[in-house]
Amino acid sequence: MGAASLIILSIAAITFSGIALLVSKFLLKTHTNKQKGEPYECGIPTQGPTWVQFNVGYYLFALLFLLFDVELIFLFPWAVVVKKIGWFALAEVMVFLFILFLGFLYAHKKGALKWQ
Amino acid sequence: MWSLNEIVKSTDLKLNELFKPGMVFFIEAIIVALLAISLFAILGLVLVLMERKVSSFMQVRLGPNRVGPKGMFQTVADTIKLIVKEGMTPDNADRFLFHLAPFLVMIVAMILLAPLPFANGFQIWDINIGVLFVSAVSSVSVIGILMAGWSSNNKYSLLGAMRSGAQIVSYELSAGFSILAIVILSGSLTFSDIIQSQANGWWLFKGHIPALIAFVIFIIAATAETNRAPFDMAEAESELTAGFHTEYSGMKFALFFLAEYVNVFIVCAIGATLFLGGWMPLHFGDNTTFNHVMDYIPGIVWFFGKTFFLIFIMMWFRWTFPRLRIDQLLNLEWKYLLPISLINLLLVTVVAISGWHF
Repeated sequence: MGAASLIILSIAAITFSGIALLVSKFLLKTHTNKQKGEPYECGIPTQGPTWVQFNVGYYLFALLFLLFDVELIFLFPWAVVVKKIGWFALAEVMVFLFILFLGFLYAHKKGALKWQ
Repeated sequence: MWSLNEIVKSTDLKLNELFKPGMVFFIEAIIVALLAISLFAILGLVLVLMERKVSSFMQVRLGPNRVGPKGMFQTVADTIKLIVKEGMTPDNADRFLFHLAPFLVMIVAMILLAPLPFANGFQIWDINIGVLFVSAVSSVSVIGILMAGWSSNNKYSLLGAMRSGAQIVSYELSAGFSILAIVILSGSLTFSDIIQSQANGWWLFKGHIPALIAFVIFIIAATAETNRAPFDMAEAESELTAGFHTEYSGMKFALFFLAEYVNVFIVCAIGATLFLGGWMPLHFGDNTTFNHVMDYIPGIVWFFGKTFFLIFIMMWFRWTFPRLRIDQLLNLEWKYLLPISLINLLLVTVVAISGWHF
């Protein structure tokens, strides 16, 4: 099967989850009250807004990830042909990796890899 | 000898004799969907029981042993319990995203079944960029997790989702680099070609030390990517209640749980395919008798055997290593695994170009 299999599998996943949720909805009656609808924090009433600020460190790692993931995507087509092309391909990719590694060292020096 | 490949082909021929092409496609689609759903259900049942049995074995206790012989139907009982549980939605939750998240996670897990080679010719879609497809689609599940954590309007969920996002995203890099090592060695992105290139030995053995390093890095990254202990920061029970699915209950929680276990299976299946030869039987040099005996074991048994061996190793990890802190976890990836896998990539290239692999 070709690309249609992805659509088929998605439909299968949706029907499977949908049927499971529907069956459980049929089998029981939900009772809601105000206390039940509150955010669950081990029984203590929640303080302040629940969409809290999170650590800025996550953004740094996301940016670094972006850099290296794009690098990874560039390496995929190279990896397929490197055996045919030979040493020249290795030399080329070493230049590529070296430049990226300098960037990595720079990020390390700037303390981007340190969790604060 | 019968094989799954022949069964698939003869079914296709028979259907083409009986029906029109459109109808044949429809029937085959239904067969594929039913097989995928039943694989999902069976995997959920088996893996949860296996997890509990392995942990009880590691901790020298009995584990579930009341429901059915040796506790075999424990997960069935659990499923029934989860079905009749009330599915709560918190009052202030973002309702649309809250209900969408489990579906998204399930769809990603299901789509990842498409390129998996279960046996020779028994594969839903032998896509020519299979490896790239897997690494691309598997990262979509981060969106589902972030969606779940954000929409449930709970501090624990949000923190768990952010941690999980940072962790999955980071470890994807070293997983990608170790996959790349096998792509370099086999010179193809197609799963069936990669398996064919292992006909005379698995890459784990053929690829010398670089392949071994890549395999170890892959296992670590796979454990982290599926949010399993010792990398289960996302749902560290003792600090975040349950992480991103704190507010989920009943069947929606069960869907997350199921998708998590299926993801474990998929990651291990990819590891088995790339490093351990997928459905290829174990062959020793030109030891003909031994090789002949091994050939009699069907490919699907080899595939599931290798996959479950890797799953067992991942469960073993859980009871061997203590949980890492978030900064230690990111340190491990960015300061150790990533540089090692970059250098390992160059080593693999040297081995591949100079033809040192067997």
